[in-house]
Amino acid sequence: MLGSYKGDAKPLAGGTDLIPQIKAREMAALRVVVDLKAIPGLDAITYDATKGLSIGATATVTAVERSPLVRQYYPMLANALTTMASPQVRNRATITGNICSAVPSADSAPTLLAMEAILRLQNQKGERLVPITQFFTGPRQTVLANDELITEIRIPVPPPKSCGVYLKLSPRKSMDLAVVGVAAFVVREGETCKDVRIALGAVAPTPIREARAESALLGKKLNDESIAEAAGAASSECRPIDDHRAAREYRCDMVYVLTKRALTQLKEEAL
Amino acid sequence: MKEIRITVNGKPYELSVRPHATLLEVIREDLGLTGTKEGCGVGECGACTVIMNGKSVNACLVLAPEADGKEITTIEGLADGDKLDPIQQAFYEIGGLQCGFCTPGMIMSTKALLADKPEPTDQEIRKGLEGNFCRCTGYTKIFESVREASRKSRG
Repeated sequence: MLGSYKGDAKPLAGGTDLIPQIKAREMAALRVVVDLKAIPGLDAITYDATKGLSIGATATVTAVERSPLVRQYYPMLANALTTMASPQVRNRATITGNICSAVPSADSAPTLLAMEAILRLQNQKGERLVPITQFFTGPRQTVLANDELITEIRIPVPPPKSCGVYLKLSPRKSMDLAVVGVAAFVVREGETCKDVRIALGAVAPTPIREARAESALLGKKLNDESIAEAAGAASSECRPIDDHRAAREYRCDMVYVLTKRALTQLKEEAL
Repeated sequence: MKEIRITVNGKPYELSVRPHATLLEVIREDLGLTGTKEGCGVGECGACTVIMNGKSVNACLVLAPEADGKEITTIEGLADGDKLDPIQQAFYEIGGLQCGFCTPGMIMSTKALLADKPEPTDQEIRKGLEGNFCRCTGYTKIFESVREASRKSRG
């Protein structure tokens, strides 16, 4: 259906981004919106000890955040989702929609990047699996074609001895976009970091992973020195914009502060 | 036009709606239930909060065809004749309002909050009402009203 209308049709999940955009005439007039919520089973949330978590395209943020499976195995994701918007919006909005809208400050993005989520993209002809690290191409731009849908977000089983946290900085505690969002995820082997993933929101044209900050910690112990080094790398690597929400310098400084804070929190977390 | 069936405040309706109409427009204009307010129209302010199938939603962000088959409660559905809902009674007694425009939305969000958490902590009240803006009160009396509503609802 999306294919036959070319660009004149858009898929509708929660509508909390799409409807304001239509009302504000931010997009060309659409002939059709296709309500995905009518597709049975597309809102499923399942967990499998080998495959990990599967979140269907129309599962609402509330459904994911409250899912006992998500709370047990992916507390980092559940916590990140509660920072989004309001109960009314979370009751309608979907994570898939948050990702497809692809704004740099999307609150679910850093966590999904840090947890190395895989997106299942489908059209009439078939499907492809795209790692979320390759999904975003620019502000509000992704590799998703007009006739494609994300039908599922898969998140691998977190490795043993891993922990993560998402920290969001915004002037208001609620109903606000992140000025900086930092997700940190660490897998330890003994005292040292076997795997480190640091992802940032709102400080580049897309949500990003911070390779230099990650490698600064790899194989090292989490201590004040290594954490400061990683935070410094993250801060020098990000490329934020200057806008009414925050100045570029402020965002860079806050990347340092939040990365340090996130890693320090993980250092103290007992495994 | 698109035919939809919705139940509003316990009453079933069969309506013919424009496919791009919002649930808010249907409630206010087709059904004449003007207690639900339109503030921003883009899901920021919460003045249009209604409860749809047990969940609070911004009626301005729901297209009418999406509401097909759903059960909706608006502010008009809370009182039982002249007897106010305990939440309404609490807002009335405490004075949890000034101009009153945000009040229907505040009360509907409180309804959803207390259905989920009958004894909310202050932090839970804060999270529960985070999608409702009040430009008059500074929220203090609204908070007191929610606490009082929780006490009243538990009897």
